[in-house]
Amino acid sequence: MSQVVAFLTRRRGGRGWHWTDIFMWAWLVGGLVLMFGPALWLVLSSFKTPAQLAEFPPTLLPYATEQVAVAGYDKPLNLFTAQLPDGTTRVMAEVRRVGTVSQLVDPKAPGEIFKVNIADRQPVREIRFATENYTQPFEHFDFLQYLKNSVFVTVVATLITLLTNSMAAFALSKYEFRGRNLVLLLIVGTLMVPLSVLLVPLYSVISAVGLFDSLWGVILPTVATPTGVFLLRQYMLTIPDELIDAARMDNASEWQIYWRIVLPLAAPALAVLAIFSVVWRWNDFLWPLVVLSRKELYTLQVGLNTYAGELNVQWHFILAMTVVTMIPVVLVFIFLQRYITAGIAGTGLK
Amino acid sequence: MGRISLTNIDRAYGKVKVLHDINLDIQDGEMLVLVGPSGCGKSTLLRLLAGLDKPTSGKLAIDGRDVTRVSAAERGLAMVFQSYALYPHMTVRQNLAFGLENQRMPKAEIDARITEATRMLEIGQYLDRRPGQLSGGQRQRVAIGRAVVRNPTAFLLDEPLSNLDAELRISTRAEISALHKRLATTMVYVTHDQVEAMTLADRIVVMRAGRIEQVGRPLDLYNEPANLFVAGFIGAPRMNLLPCKVKAAAPGTVSIEGPGGLSTTIAANGEALKPGDDVTIGIRPHDMTIGMGSKGALEAQVTLVEALGPETVAHTLTADGQKLVAVLKGQQLDGAGGAVKLHFDPAMAHLFDRSGQRVTYVRSK
Repeated sequence: MSQVVAFLTRRRGGRGWHWTDIFMWAWLVGGLVLMFGPALWLVLSSFKTPAQLAEFPPTLLPYATEQVAVAGYDKPLNLFTAQLPDGTTRVMAEVRRVGTVSQLVDPKAPGEIFKVNIADRQPVREIRFATENYTQPFEHFDFLQYLKNSVFVTVVATLITLLTNSMAAFALSKYEFRGRNLVLLLIVGTLMVPLSVLLVPLYSVISAVGLFDSLWGVILPTVATPTGVFLLRQYMLTIPDELIDAARMDNASEWQIYWRIVLPLAAPALAVLAIFSVVWRWNDFLWPLVVLSRKELYTLQVGLNTYAGELNVQWHFILAMTVVTMIPVVLVFIFLQRYITAGIAGTGLK
Repeated sequence: MGRISLTNIDRAYGKVKVLHDINLDIQDGEMLVLVGPSGCGKSTLLRLLAGLDKPTSGKLAIDGRDVTRVSAAERGLAMVFQSYALYPHMTVRQNLAFGLENQRMPKAEIDARITEATRMLEIGQYLDRRPGQLSGGQRQRVAIGRAVVRNPTAFLLDEPLSNLDAELRISTRAEISALHKRLATTMVYVTHDQVEAMTLADRIVVMRAGRIEQVGRPLDLYNEPANLFVAGFIGAPRMNLLPCKVKAAAPGTVSIEGPGGLSTTIAANGEALKPGDDVTIGIRPHDMTIGMGSKGALEAQVTLVEALGPETVAHTLTADGQKLVAVLKGQQLDGAGGAVKLHFDPAMAHLFDRSGQRVTYVRSK
């Protein structure tokens, strides 16, 4: 413990606070709040009741008013700390509220009703997590079906993305042919065309080939990503050509060179692309919304949209389900992040 | 069998021609060393042999079969790369087995061949390691092992020792030589190091700028270099090459004059020479002595003496600025030398004409 304290209070030059020490702390704490604050806010808010979400000023932690069962009343009553007309302050249960007047009873002696102005009473609150935000959607809402669709779209699209992009990248990095750079330029050039421009023609194509209202219609248009081809190609350029020559001498076919030499060595880049692809496909909203019309085909993101009605947005459900949909992306990052930095391609040489 | 013949091989990359009309016959079972300065086309030639590159024109045959357009895999050759090119994601065993698996060889035979090769190269204890966990010398052995298990018609080795440190290089060189004797398979070995070439080769091919300068046994190249380039390239320290003028020429003898008061007569074919022609005389540093001897004396100033113990290397400069190196037996020239007289036996000198071609007679031994 003392080591931790010594570490945290270590200062430039050893003694005295230099302005850079203060700046560093401010910078790091500020960064932490900026980066982690919204995520924390989301998670904590997802446990709030609708009433509390609408409350102003907002609180960080989810609270609920304490309740008590009082003899003579069917439902539990909310507890308040009230300033009574005689000047004393007591914890009372509210029977009902009429206009600006609250009718309170003492839980221990429920016979007498006190009338107090609502400004003179404060709710007694405790920290309570509204887990029903999470459980109710599973009961009323086809969450599992949406989850299944989302997982299918994400996994299949990512696998096809990795396969097709790495094949294109292999050809563009390891084969010399006329027009190679032009092809690469065309592929990367498509990055400049935004989805909103493509939406209508893409829809026509999908509907013409009969993929409208099918999960394959969501998957196929997204699998050829210029970013992926470019990223993999740049990585494959660093794989020494001598390895490929050695494989050719070893009677390997071109497919084997790709599958058994280049692909395993490009694993770090593939992992990066896999992370990107999972995040893209999982978070995709506009394109699935356009393609899918039957409710049982909805992906999670489209499904969540049903909570945002024209007149009423069910924030508590949206927040809770957003947290649930974030979990897979977070898991993917945790398990694949080590590939982002690690590279093993160079170790067989010199 | 492993006889490889190249006929009129040309290779050009666009307009840049890197190989000019290469004709070469590689005998079955010989160790042929391709040597030359970097950029001379020796590696390109090896890649053409391997089938990793195709000649622009010409014919390449292995054991009489035309393989000019045959792919690398079907030529039955094995190659050891300069960087070793071991597959970093596979263990040593997988590295060795990869080529055999691709030939759809039965597993039992693959195992037998790997066992045999690892025993021969003493890499048995590393079989389950990856290349990244091996030292340079061990990787080198694995790279050779990968070629050996293939049981190829011929081995192609592209500067296999250049990534090793000096000590390991010498021992590995001896091992490669022993391996060649043991397997008696054709080996084509590329290097830029003439010492490697001299020690390993049955025959040496000296290349320069995409052309073959001379082909021959190591000592033939040393004793009778065909031209100035080979004379300067083979032998260490380099042969002293001095510009001279012909004084008198006859069919059997040529008299020349040169820097440092050089004046001598060499038994050479002077038919094409006439007095006043520019020629170059080549004298190996080891053929020079100090003091004794009357024939062919050169006056020079000693600039540096390297006393190595068994021999002394003297760097000298003639009055007209020609550098001369002499390797003297034993320990001579104590301290800085001053003026010396360098002697040599004209019978051991080499004469080259204006175009750099050798004109000396073949020396009687």
